[in-house]
Amino acid sequence: MNAILTVANKEFHDGLRNRWVMSISLIFALLATGLAYFGAAASGQAGFTNLSTTLVSLASLAVFIIPLIALMLAYDGIVGEDESGTLLLLMTYPLSRWQLVLGKMMGHWMIMAFATLIGFGSSAIIMGIFSDNTTWGELLKPYAFFIVFAILLGWIFIAIASMISASVVEKSKAAGVALVVWFMFVFMFDLSLLGLLVSTEGNVNAELFPYLLLLNPTDIFRLIIINFFADQQLTGLMAVAQQAQFTTVSLVLSLLTWFIIPVLAAIAIFNKRKV
Amino acid sequence: MNIVELQQVEKHYQGVEALKSIDLSLQQGEVLGLFGHNGAGKTTTIKLILGLVKPTAGQVRVFGDDPTGDNAYHLRQQLGFLQENVSFYQQMTGCEVLGYFAKLKGCDKKQVGKLLEEVGLAHAAMRRVKTYSKGMRQRLGLAQALLGQPKLLLLDEPTVGLDPIATQDFYQGIARLKAQGSTIILCSHVLAGVEKYIDRALILGQGQLLAEGSLATLTEQTKLPVTFYLQGSNLQLPADLQANSSIINGGIKLHVSQEQKMMVLQQLLALPSLENIDIHLPSLEDIYTHYMNDNQHMELSS
Repeated sequence: MNAILTVANKEFHDGLRNRWVMSISLIFALLATGLAYFGAAASGQAGFTNLSTTLVSLASLAVFIIPLIALMLAYDGIVGEDESGTLLLLMTYPLSRWQLVLGKMMGHWMIMAFATLIGFGSSAIIMGIFSDNTTWGELLKPYAFFIVFAILLGWIFIAIASMISASVVEKSKAAGVALVVWFMFVFMFDLSLLGLLVSTEGNVNAELFPYLLLLNPTDIFRLIIINFFADQQLTGLMAVAQQAQFTTVSLVLSLLTWFIIPVLAAIAIFNKRKV
Repeated sequence: MNIVELQQVEKHYQGVEALKSIDLSLQQGEVLGLFGHNGAGKTTTIKLILGLVKPTAGQVRVFGDDPTGDNAYHLRQQLGFLQENVSFYQQMTGCEVLGYFAKLKGCDKKQVGKLLEEVGLAHAAMRRVKTYSKGMRQRLGLAQALLGQPKLLLLDEPTVGLDPIATQDFYQGIARLKAQGSTIILCSHVLAGVEKYIDRALILGQGQLLAEGSLATLTEQTKLPVTFYLQGSNLQLPADLQANSSIINGGIKLHVSQEQKMMVLQQLLALPSLENIDIHLPSLEDIYTHYMNDNQHMELSS
């Protein structure tokens, strides 16, 4: 346990040192505050308006940016150490392979959690101060809910990035694979589901089809947020899920599964890695 | 108990034989030099001893235990390793890097400052590794290998990138460690200067053990001659020595076998016209070249 924490702690401090924590916090804060303030601009008004509209739109933006940041943060975790020669050295230390890879992931999780909390948290505070029609009490719970699942989404993609990092031998290749993974989950997946719907003219198995959404953690995240703000009008692919009526618990369990599997896979892949 | 014991060890990588039936036993306090061309099997041997790879056949024992077994965790606390070209964490200071490794090895933080001083990096301890020269990185690597006073040290190309003075300092450090009872395996293809500090040499070629033993034994085995360089005006060698001599710019080169060395020397000193004499004894480099050439001949004839 000690060794894992040592590795995690070093990784977290690297994140502070090279300004990762600061930049991610800043991006999240700007994104959330900007969206809260200008979110209603399309309907002709600016200013802090409806909280649930804000957070649901923030969720659809977050599914682009959170996976990207998480993948960028962690793609070189293992392969980077291999290239600088320190991986071989670490393997001769009293430290198991699973401890090293888990420690690395934990360090990145800490960076992500910390930055998400600071970023979205500060946006909540700004909104609380400047908004006339929301009270602190109303603000706290939805934001806390949002932040918890935003962190979990980030953690999932950090685990996926570690999986990539443990399986390739070159940093540039890891970057390429990470980019493809991002593109697949964030664009291709939803697009192919929509394509499927359109090309079959909606003639799909209505019972089965919504479950396909569970194959993508970013969609699960959006469904959880939407479920929380049940008053929202659903559009696009998310409307499909209404037919299935997923409960929040089942969605959270699916998201946790999406978390655990890549973590275990990253450890298993790294155990087989040649040094 | 032998610190390191290799019995009939073989290692194949995807059909390529990296090592073929290697035997080796190393006692406490010995310094072993591991020599060979690139791809001769030096690094594979080191990786086997470190427990990073498992032998395809044969047995590896370190402190009497399997380095890949359940006890590996414990063994690794007593091992120190420095590999070639490690660049460490560029953004961290020397002190932080060493502190990180000390924590992983579970040793006292006080060692960090002491070791940095020992390798001559105390003045740069608070500077980022990015600003270090190659020699400084190598010394940081050495400090890292010395964490926790390891009983067995494995150093892969430790003097690459070091200037001659730093190299000498390094070998003096090795001598000190040996005096303290450490067992050391030194892997190198820079041969000059090493012979004084090693007890035994092991020469590998194409994954095979070409020669093993102390320098004296190897010199004897190779039957390499002593070379005299003689200078003098109108120098005439006795008839029995002329066969092994040749004229080189402004002097005579003479090969003599080890046993005849003293006898011939007396003979030469008696020559009236002799003005200067240089004696070249077979060095580690000569021994190494001899075994390498031998190996190549064997390869060609087989």
